[in-house]
Formats: sequence, structure tokens, C-alpha cells
Amino acid sequence: MEIDQRKEENVLVVSVKGRVDAGTAGELDEAIGKLIEGGERFLVFDLKELDYISSAGLRSFLMIAKKIKATSGKLALFSLQEMVLDVFEVSGFNKIIPIFDTVSEAISATT
Amino acid sequence: MPKIQYPAKHESLDPLLQFIAAYCRKRGVPDKRIKTIELACEEPLVNIFNYTYPPDRPGDVWVTLNAGPNEIIVELSDSGKTFNPVARPDPDVDQDIDDREIGGLGIMLMRKYTDAIDYKRENDKNILRLTFSF
Repeated sequence: MEIDQRKEENVLVVSVKGRVDAGTAGELDEAIGKLIEGGERFLVFDLKELDYISSAGLRSFLMIAKKIKATSGKLALFSLQEMVLDVFEVSGFNKIIPIFDTVSEAISATT
Repeated sequence: MPKIQYPAKHESLDPLLQFIAAYCRKRGVPDKRIKTIELACEEPLVNIFNYTYPPDRPGDVWVTLNAGPNEIIVELSDSGKTFNPVARPDPDVDQDIDDREIGGLGIMLMRKYTDAIDYKRENDKNILRLTFSF
């Protein structure tokens, strides 16, 4: 799993690439936890290159959503691959975390 | 019928899922389905790693693969204590509602993506058979 970040219009866009599973979810938790502790409140996740997510990964995103909510910030995901989108829908997580097709839609939702 | 044996440790998750995925690819399972099969296997595997053997006496997990015309059959077994890795744990009534739902999330996802689940205890082994249609 690889995590990159960039700023677009004052929103932090984080790319998560590869797989978020029981083995890598902890790293994701830690990396994003640090960003939020550092003051980031508006987070957009670019999941174009996220190939796989399991329940461990969903739990990570749920924790991220809770932390962002606690800061009165906003969170959005975009460009989900088929399998990842399916998992978000089957689990009902698409109702908790906003999901979009494009970066501009996601950024609009967080500003 | 390929069979593989690995220590029941978290480090084994990747190679075991890759083993399952490679077999599915050879059988022409579509890509997206392969990933949901991996997801469905990840949950019970992680439960085996966490709960089946005592920390001071680690053991192994065996994965046996088989296929029918439109199905993949994955059998997970271990020689730890009697434990069905897909049985729902008893809810902790002291946890709040949100936590309890998350506690069952992995098993719920596994059930959504698995077509048949069979558990038995035989010859001092836990044997879990998962059938995936594609």
C-alpha cells in the first residue's frame, strides 16, 4: 500500500494505492491519524489506484470519518474501482462517507 | 487439488490470498470476483490467526483449493482449539450500537460474497469450506 498527498484548492487530496487489508490498515490509520492531528480537517481520498479493500480497510475509513466529524471537517472519496465501490455499497458505508466520480466533485463537497 | 500450509500468523495473509487468487485466475474467474473471493477468505483467515492457537504455541493453517465448472471451493483448516472462524461472536452488550455493528462487519461481508459456508470439526481439526460461484 502506498499513500501520497497533494493540496488542491486548500483541500488535502490523499491517494491510497494498492490494497487496504488486515495487514496494511494499521499503516493507513497511522498516516491519516497524523494528518488529522496535524490540523487537517478537509480530506479527499483519491482511490483510483486502490485495487482492494477488506473489512479492516472499511474500519479504517470509518475511524477516519469519525475523527474528521469530531473536528467539524469534511471527508469525500472519489474514483473508486469496481470492487471497492461494491464493498462500500454492500456494507452501507456509501451512506456514511460521500463518494464521487471525480476530484472536482469531491472537492466541491468538502468546501 | 492444490494445498498449501503456512504458519497461522498475520504475515501469512498475503501469500495465502495470492495463492487463492492465482488459482482463480487459472480457472478464468473474472478479476472483480477474484477480489471478493479474497475478501471473503481474509476474514476467517484473520480469525484463525487471532484465535485458534495460544500465543505461546503457534500452529499452522492449511488451504486446499478445488473447482467445479462455475465454482471455486476453498477449504481452510487448522489444528487449534475448536473454533468456527465464521461464527458470530456473542455481542458485547456493554458496547454501544455503532461498535457492535462494526464488530460483525467482516463476517457480514464474507457472507455476502460467499455462496455456501460449511464448518466441521474432524480429527481434532477445524475445517471450513467456502464455496464461491462465478
